This record gives sequence, structure tokens and C-alpha cells, in this order.
Amino acid sequence: MSAAGRGAGSGLGGRTHSKDERATGLVLVSHSALLAGGVVELAAQMAPDVVLRPAGGTDDARLGTSFDVVERAIAAELDAGCSGVVLLADIGSARMTAEAVIEALDDPRVVLAGGAFVEGAVAAAVTAQTGGDVAQVVASVAAASRQVALELPSEPASPLADAADAAAAAAPSAARTAPQIRLDIPAATSRHTVTVRNPQGLHARPAAALVRLAGSFNASVLLDGANAASLLAVMGLGLQQGDEVVVQASGPDRAAAVTALVEAFEGGFGEL
Amino acid sequence: MTTPPAAAPGGVVPAATLDVAWARRFVAEAAAVVAENRVALSELDRVIGDGDHGENLARGFAAVSAAIEQAETATVGDVLKLVATTLMSTVGGAAGPLYGTAFLRAAKVTDAPTVDGQGVHSLLDAALEGVVARGKAKVGDKTMVDAWQPAVEAAAAAADAGESPAAVLRAAADAAATGAASTDDLVALKGRASYLGERSVGHRDPGAASSVLLLDAAARAAGDA
Repeated sequence: MSAAGRGAGSGLGGRTHSKDERATGLVLVSHSALLAGGVVELAAQMAPDVVLRPAGGTDDARLGTSFDVVERAIAAELDAGCSGVVLLADIGSARMTAEAVIEALDDPRVVLAGGAFVEGAVAAAVTAQTGGDVAQVVASVAAASRQVALELPSEPASPLADAADAAAAAAPSAARTAPQIRLDIPAATSRHTVTVRNPQGLHARPAAALVRLAGSFNASVLLDGANAASLLAVMGLGLQQGDEVVVQASGPDRAAAVTALVEAFEGGFGEL
Repeated sequence: MTTPPAAAPGGVVPAATLDVAWARRFVAEAAAVVAENRVALSELDRVIGDGDHGENLARGFAAVSAAIEQAETATVGDVLKLVATTLMSTVGGAAGPLYGTAFLRAAKVTDAPTVDGQGVHSLLDAALEGVVARGKAKVGDKTMVDAWQPAVEAAAAAADAGESPAAVLRAAADAAATGAASTDDLVALKGRASYLGERSVGHRDPGAASSVLLLDAAARAAGDA
């Protein structure tokens, strides 16, 4: 994969897209052309039809970010027919350059997503691949980044960590035995055990479908204790064909949520 | 780099207003002083950052000097806008979007043919607002805001006292110098220097230092050396 961009014109999936308007496109902004290109490569693996472009380094191939490089990448995505463009940036000055470009363009179709560069880009690519619009792609970056934050070691000095520790102490035993961060489920929950039927397990596409479904209910849905509305949390479970998984939900729509998810599992998320 | 330094017109009575000629002299003065201090600025940045602030800014202002040779500029705002867009495209580091946004915001409030003392204050205030909007820093974070905030306050006082534009700029530059010096003892809270924490103490913030150079260049271009 070259760092010169893929998707539009590269022939890898993008060209075969039959719709008039392409999915939401992504631009990866970094001081480093290698880093931006590498994240494009990684995210593209899970999103063959999404137009992904790196905007790393300066015009003369130094470390740094260039207004023009970022602006050209956005223009190329819009020219390729993307319905919207979401930018992700890594550290401070790349972010500031991205913000400056967005301010100058003043185009509601072009937005900067705040969050983790690598994890956010993968989540964004999957969301765009499955038809997510700009707002949904931005939300997926935020959700993936929250998942990253959940996995941070606790820092006793911080009030946030204190609250997390208190929640963990109050949680039932599942919270202590589980290697992952689990959410505390209030008393009124619905639950059901289902078996994964997809031949390739719960890979990106079915996982993304599951996450969207779980997020569509007024309920907090857990999958083996992991947040079912978080793509990274779901994919982190690494569910394979034949694995049993506990779906549980709390909140007003808990019963409907569990029923819908169980049905979706049994239908293989449209893959069977 | 070769930048023709514009001689400060010494001994001239400060004008009541500044025009596009001042803005073009400012570009020449800024390019010259940034080039002269290229190594020193990068040296400051090497201690608490990625060590390229001087090179980046010198490259940016060299590009501005080249661009302005070709450009038709009717107002102060035209020049400031050219500076903004050129810096954003050529600097590469954080100074690009920060100064770029500052000059862009300043350009927006200076579309009249001339700028008086109050106009200079408005220009600087808009620039500070741009730096804060882009960098989200405040006084005490050890950033260029530590130079710009006192500069704008001094400019406001001078403008309210009815001073000439040159005197307003001089007041701003002097206050910026004091503000920049105050960053020596601060712990960096923004940018990559913030990863150093306490170890950033004892070093001047490079962005605050370059801000002083630019404001000083603006004052000298106005004839108040």
C-alpha cells in the first residue's frame, strides 16, 4: 500500500461501488506520512469500499503537517463522490492544522473527529463501510476512544479513577473475575444465551451491524459483559463460530433489545 | 536565506495611521529577524519540543517574502491574509496553524486602507483570539499566549491613552517580552513540551520567544525602534 492514497482510483473496491454517492470518506492527518499511510493501510483492510486518504508530512516530504496537503486530500475525497469526509488527526499540531482547514472550508460535510488515531480510524472505517454518515462515523470514533480510555490503568489521584474504583467495588463478582472492564448492570435485566453462527465468527461487518442494532434501543446492552454499543469492545471479545455468548440488557427497551439481538445472531447478521 | 531587511525609518515622526506599506515592511522585518534567530529558536525548541521551531518559522517567512513580491496588496488585511495562508502551508509545525489563524483573524478586522492606534489593538486582540481558539491555551500554560495576552492588554491601554499606532505596537512588544520571560519558570501544560512536565521548568517557550520577535518587528516597521 503506497502512502499516496487509496480508494479513489486505486481500484481496490472503491471503483466497483455502484451507488452514485460513495460512503463517508476518511482523511488521516499526521506529522508523519508513514504513520498516516500506515493507519490508512490498517483501516482499509476492514473497509474495502471506503475512500481513505493519508495527509501526512509536508509538501516537501518533511515531518509536519501542511494546510495544502490536508485540503487537497479532502477535495480529492469530495471529487471521488464521498457524501461527507471525516478527518482524524494524531497529535496537537496535526489536529490544529486539520481544524484550520475545516474552519477555512466551512463545509458541513467535512468534520474533524476527536479521539484515538488508530483505534478511531479502524472504527470509523468500519462504520463508513457499513453505510454510516458523517455523524455516525464521528460517534464511532468517540466510542472507540472511550473504549481505549476504559482500558487505561487506574490512577488513584484522579477523581475519575476514584469513581471507577468505587463502581468496581460495588459491582457483583463478575467485575472482579473478568479481565475486561465490565459495566455494572442494575437489577432489572433481560438476558439470553446465543451461539455465534457466522462462519468467520463476529468479524468487522457483523460486529458493526450488531453495534448499530444494540445502539438503536433505549437500553444498555452487554455482550458477555462487554459494551455491545462499542465496536472495539465487541471485536475485543473475538467471538468465533460456535462460541456461546450472553446477551443482557437493562433499561426501558431491554426485552426488545435482547430479542432483536438474539434474532440477529441466529440469522448470522445477514451472512447466512 | 537572503531577505532584504527593510531599514527602519529612524527619526520619522510616528504616523497617526498605518497602511499597507507598513504591513509590507513588517513582513520584511519579520522575515529578517526570524532568519537571524533561526538557530536560537530551534535551540529553545530542542530543549522542550521537537527542535524545529526556528527552521520552520524561517522557512515560512521566507515563503511569505517570496509570495509578497508577486502579490497585489491594497490593504493591511490583504498582507496579513497572505502571511496567514502562506504560513499555514509552509511552516509544518504547530506554529503554522497557530500563527496562521492569528494572522487570518487579524486580517478580518483590518480591511480598511489604514489602521489607527485602536485599530492596532483590534488587530492584536483578534490575533490573540485566533491563537487561543486554535491552541486552547491560557496564560500560565507556557505557550505563546503568555506573550500575547499581556501584549494585547498593553496595546489596549496605549490605544485608550490615544497613543500612535507605533507606540501601541511598542507597548505590545515590550509587554510580550516580559510575558515571554515569565515562561522560563513555568511547567508546560500544552503541546509536546507538556510531556516533559517539571523538566520544562527553566526553559523559555519557543513560541512565546518568536511572538516577541514578530511584535518587535511590527513596532520597528511602524518606525518606533
